Amino acid sequence: MTIQFNEETFRDDYSFRNSEWAIKRFPFPFHEDSYMYSVNMEQHRGGPEGSVYEKRFDVDEHYVSEMRDRAMVLADDPLRCQSLPHMTLAGWDTLELIMVSKSEDYPDLFELHRDGDRWRWINKPMGIDHTFTFLDETTLPCDPLEYITRQAQGDFAVLDQRDEMLYMDAGMITTQADWSLDFDIGMDFFEWHAPVPLAHEMGIFKRALKFLLNIQQGAPARRLNWTMTVNPLLDTSPENYHKWGVQKTTLTPENIGSKQHLRVELQTFYRLPRSNALLFPIRCYLIAFQDLVSMPKWGRRLHRVIRDLPEELATYKGFIDNRPMMLDYLSKFDDGLPTSPGVFPDLESEPPLQK
Amino acid sequence: MSAAPQKAKPGAEQIPVTVSAVVPLNDLVTRFEFKRTDGAPFPTFSGGAHTVVTMQDDGRTRLNPYSLMSDPADTSTYAISVRRDDQGRGGSLFMHTRVKVGDEMTLTYPVNLFSLDLRARKHLFFAGGIGITPFMSMIAQLERMNGHWELHYAVRTEALGTYVDELRYKFPNKVHVYYDDQNDAIPLESLLDGQPLGTNAYVCGPKGMIDWVHATAAASGWPDAQVHSEEFMAPQPGAPFEVRLCKSDKTIKVGENESLLEAMEREGVEAPFLCRGGACGQCETDVVSYDGEFVHRDHWLDDDQHASGQKIMPCVSRFVGKSLELDR
Amino acid sequence: MSKFQFPESIKSRPVYGTLEPRPGKAHLLIADAEGAEAILDLAAQDADLIAKAHIIFIPKGTDYSDKLRALNPAQYYEGPSYEASLQRLRHVLAHAHQGLQVYLTGTEGLMGQAQNEAMQAGIPHTAIQTEHRGSVARRMQCVHCKGITEDVMHDPFQCAHCGLHLFVRDHYSRRLAAFQGVRVDAEDPGNIPDPVELYS
Repeated sequence: MTIQFNEETFRDDYSFRNSEWAIKRFPFPFHEDSYMYSVNMEQHRGGPEGSVYEKRFDVDEHYVSEMRDRAMVLADDPLRCQSLPHMTLAGWDTLELIMVSKSEDYPDLFELHRDGDRWRWINKPMGIDHTFTFLDETTLPCDPLEYITRQAQGDFAVLDQRDEMLYMDAGMITTQADWSLDFDIGMDFFEWHAPVPLAHEMGIFKRALKFLLNIQQGAPARRLNWTMTVNPLLDTSPENYHKWGVQKTTLTPENIGSKQHLRVELQTFYRLPRSNALLFPIRCYLIAFQDLVSMPKWGRRLHRVIRDLPEELATYKGFIDNRPMMLDYLSKFDDGLPTSPGVFPDLESEPPLQK
Repeated sequence: MSAAPQKAKPGAEQIPVTVSAVVPLNDLVTRFEFKRTDGAPFPTFSGGAHTVVTMQDDGRTRLNPYSLMSDPADTSTYAISVRRDDQGRGGSLFMHTRVKVGDEMTLTYPVNLFSLDLRARKHLFFAGGIGITPFMSMIAQLERMNGHWELHYAVRTEALGTYVDELRYKFPNKVHVYYDDQNDAIPLESLLDGQPLGTNAYVCGPKGMIDWVHATAAASGWPDAQVHSEEFMAPQPGAPFEVRLCKSDKTIKVGENESLLEAMEREGVEAPFLCRGGACGQCETDVVSYDGEFVHRDHWLDDDQHASGQKIMPCVSRFVGKSLELDR
Repeated sequence: MSKFQFPESIKSRPVYGTLEPRPGKAHLLIADAEGAEAILDLAAQDADLIAKAHIIFIPKGTDYSDKLRALNPAQYYEGPSYEASLQRLRHVLAHAHQGLQVYLTGTEGLMGQAQNEAMQAGIPHTAIQTEHRGSVARRMQCVHCKGITEDVMHDPFQCAHCGLHLFVRDHYSRRLAAFQGVRVDAEDPGNIPDPVELYS
């Protein structure tokens, strides 16, 4: 089935919507009724048919609109995409990985024709048909990382691996949960995670780093992360925080169902072949509370998770002030019934809301 | 998150291959070339990467790591060069005496624990003997990127100068060879002096050579982060010992000529691994209890961890004593 | 006393040490103001090192010049500001060789900027020695307009470029040699807390 791409915005009038298909396949991040940090890694080798886990780089109904939003962010602030000089090779690795994956996984949307280093890339949804020479930067309109990530949903951090450490040395970051590539570029793994509370003390980052250093070619991994965003705003950047921060104060009991969004990152990790760098795609999915609670299991569970979340985490994730209002809303969708384990909505087996 | 739970398999992903060429290079070293059995292209890799070769030796499975020394951009062929070790545990002898063109084997995907620092202004390579192999692929990679490099290569004799002729022919100004039997030593101190800021040094060879390069560079004011080395430790034989594996609920015996990791694999206990040489950290295992002494041989755990008695690297380390219980 | 013990903080916040003589083919010492005292301490430990050293000093109104000159370094340069010395510093680094030891001391802003130059020239940041002396003022980047405000002593402070009121984070970028400043009243425009002196 060919995807119907939405005509929608992630700013101003916020016309972003999830179809029923997108709601059902939303990557709900809580596998149980509570949440704490963990190194929740698993292999990234497919998943249930139609789920966001199935393909290497998920393409959904928001693709074209998200790419348009990215182009607008970059026009306003070109520093959102940067590569330190030694990362060009990793940029080519990234370009190859995404082009090969997309053309194999979505042959109706993307085509890649290779004749030695002469490559022809066809991106039908975006109307691109471009022939270039692989590993020759002069044949692309911009550097390879920027070229391909202007055509791929989600943010992309490219991590150089040296001396048992990962360094954030390149990236395309326009749909981030409040961190700045321009500020963080060049930092090591512990440094760019420095502002995260509790997890350092818990040894989470040490364990995560060990795991990531050992990710090998042919064996990608994935995990989920989450936060909260008022309005379906992709670009929640520190750069623009002075503009969007105030939107958090516009929540009311009447509009919270449509305005408050759960923001989930599907993070994947790929060892890149030529550069030995680690590609870290961070794909952002947004869902309005009112859509999320249409899945009874998710409504019950989200209420319990938000209610019991430690204060430091609610503060770090930026919703401590709005938590009481969120709980008022979510409690209406929690009837106290038990929930089934796992992240999927289990619509057939979970009972409808009993209140 | 359990979107689709899959148990991680030990080791890197496997690639079934067919031996396409066996090329003796001199009395000790033979090159083995492989094609993918399914005819597909190999993954490209980065200079300095290795692969783990699975050998079926009369019912015994041997897993040995070797540097990939073919051109990383050549996706039609992978090649390794194996030095025959008559005193070793038998892997290299198996390769030399049993492996023929047309044999089917498995390799792992490339794993790189000895990669180029792509920020370097210049790459200064020091090879000793069979330690030349990772530099073969690094050189091929740098030649494509127009990188600056220089190789200083110590060999025992002219007859044992693996790839010396090829390297000299291709890169007459960049390759410098030193012969032990002519008392011709690498002039390390003067080579380290006067290199442009941002030069990185790489050494692969015997342990003594690696230590010498690290120490000399440090004394010359080189930052340790700019001196890279790779030393694959082969597991050493040792006295047999018994191990209780708690999770698997098994007690196994580790023989004199096998590693703890190999003994676990023989008993069907899945244990993660990558390098099988004490370097990658993948097989790190928690100790539940012990009464005796560890023989730690890995580069992964630090001295405190070695002293703590809480961790062991089963690929190269052993145990001497009354009892050992592992969380595996 | 020119030494200040910074409280423990997040992992991106630089931690400074005490300069110690290290083996090297050449030694580049860069200091501002009270950083001169750390150089004098270093010289007291190893006079030979100073004989092979190039000292770049920004006095910032202090009077250590004569004492430093009296150490008889191989090269001595005094600049009226870091900016004025920058072309010289870049030239020195561009022509330097492996084995050069870099010692930075004085204010965080001076050390951060010089460290960045040395990193760009090819020295790993872990190999560059630093010792904090003197002012605890910070070099701050406004995350919104990207402008740098030097010598920030109060939290919150006003960005010298865009005028937003910013709070002082400990999140630090080596590449920018600056801490991050973020609008303090983004979620409650106009509500700006009274500035408090850093570490007061």
